[in-house]
Formats: sequence, structure tokens, C-alpha cells
Amino acid sequence: MPTLNHFLVLSAVLFVIGTAGVFLRRNLLAILLSIEIMLNAVNLTFVAVGRQMGTVEGQIIMFFVMTVAAAEAAVGLAIVIALFRHRETLNPDAFTSLKW
Amino acid sequence: VDLVLFYGFAGLAIGASLVVIGQRNVMYSVLSLIASFVGLAGLYVLLDSPFAAVTQIIVYAGAIMVLFLFVVMLLNAPQEEPAVRRTLPLSIGGRPLRIGAIFGIVFLAQIVWALSRVGESRFAADPEVVDRVSSVRQIGVELFTTHAFAFEVTSVLILVAMVGAVALAKRNL
Repeated sequence: MPTLNHFLVLSAVLFVIGTAGVFLRRNLLAILLSIEIMLNAVNLTFVAVGRQMGTVEGQIIMFFVMTVAAAEAAVGLAIVIALFRHRETLNPDAFTSLKW
Repeated sequence: VDLVLFYGFAGLAIGASLVVIGQRNVMYSVLSLIASFVGLAGLYVLLDSPFAAVTQIIVYAGAIMVLFLFVVMLLNAPQEEPAVRRTLPLSIGGRPLRIGAIFGIVFLAQIVWALSRVGESRFAADPEVVDRVSSVRQIGVELFTTHAFAFEVTSVLILVAMVGAVALAKRNL
């Protein structure tokens, strides 16, 4: 029987993978995908702890996180499209005009 | 048996996530992220949360990933230009990269250490708790009574995201 610790370690691993993706990838879409991995790792923690406490609160928070993730994906992808239209590239190093 | 299933799904989730960040082609990244979500859905079933598993598949793997796939195909720029930093060996290239890797390993070691200090915390197995956690009815009741305000605010969030996405992606309003 897997315990709470199993799930917490797994979600930590997934979160670290997502963070690494944000820092290592040189592609805006891949960075957005990595953010999705991180959100999912957090969801797993919520559901596991909710199960541990014997309430459905964890799943409700997961529901809200999912909504925020959907909104974030929609706006993020719209921004990516707008940026791509400007520079014809997805490399984040190309978008430095706000750098001072 | 549960432990085997846990390791199977966890391996699927971690392996697919590694493919997501290791893959040059964004198309394959998106597809393997779907595999990762399926693994997570299996884990939710192991946690007696079928509602979470089903929404994971329908909303994440279904809706959000289709959105990503649309954009990937729309932009049609699948190949990632290799970063200059990345062609260098890890030992000399990119100090921030190295520091980040060290911090990541420290963070992971910290969590594993903390959890090993806490000791095993098993899930309550008695059927009453399992029933309460896995009941969709219970989720609905809580969602529309205790969290009704948050639920309504969510609709505003979605509306704002919708208007924002259209405003951002449209060529000229």
C-alpha cells in the first residue's frame, strides 16, 4: 500500500522536473508545458493530503487549480502567438526589448 | 498490488515528464505530456479520487493539450534552435545552470530527508473515510455551499482569460 510519503516525494520530483524545464528549455511553448507539469505536481500534493485528512477539500482545490491552469494556458498561448507574429521565433532570448 | 500500480503510474508520469523537457520537437513534448497526465490520473484513482482522475483526463489531456497542439501546429516552428549555452559541457558552460542544478538536488534531498523524519503516514483504510473522499456528491455539495463564492469568482476569471486571449491574439481590434 503506497503511503502519503510516496506521493509527496513523487510530486516533489515532478515539480523539480517542471522547474528544470522552465530553466533549460529555449522554447516558449516548452516553457508553458513545463509550467503545466509543475501545476500538476502541486495538484497531486493537494489530492494526496486531502485523502490523508479524509476530506474532499483537496479535490476541490485541484478543481480550482485546473481552472486557473486553463486560463493561464489560454492567455499564455495568445501571448506566444502575438510574440511569434512579431519576431518569427519562439526563442525567449529573442524577446529582450523590455530589458534596459 | 497497489504498490506495483503506484510505481507503474509514477514511472509513467516521471518518464513522460522527462521526455517533455528533453525533447527538441515541441510536438513530441505535448504528446508525452498527455502520457504524463494519464499516469497522474491513474495515481488519483489509487488515491480514491475518481472525480479528480476523470477531470484530469477530460480537462487537461482533452482540452488544454488540444489547445497546445493547435498552437504548435499553427506556429509550425517545431525545431528548437540549440542554445549556445547547452552545447558547452555542463562543467564549464552556464554558471547559473550549475547553481540551479545544485539547488535542485539540495531541495530534493531536503524533502526526502524531511519525509523520512516524519515517518510513514498511511492512508486511513476504513470504508467510511474512503466513501466520503471518493463521493462526487460530497464534492458537489461542498463546492456549491462552502466554496460557492470561489466558484462564482472562477467564472469571472474564465471570462477575463477569454477576453484577454482574444484581445492578445487578434491582429488588430
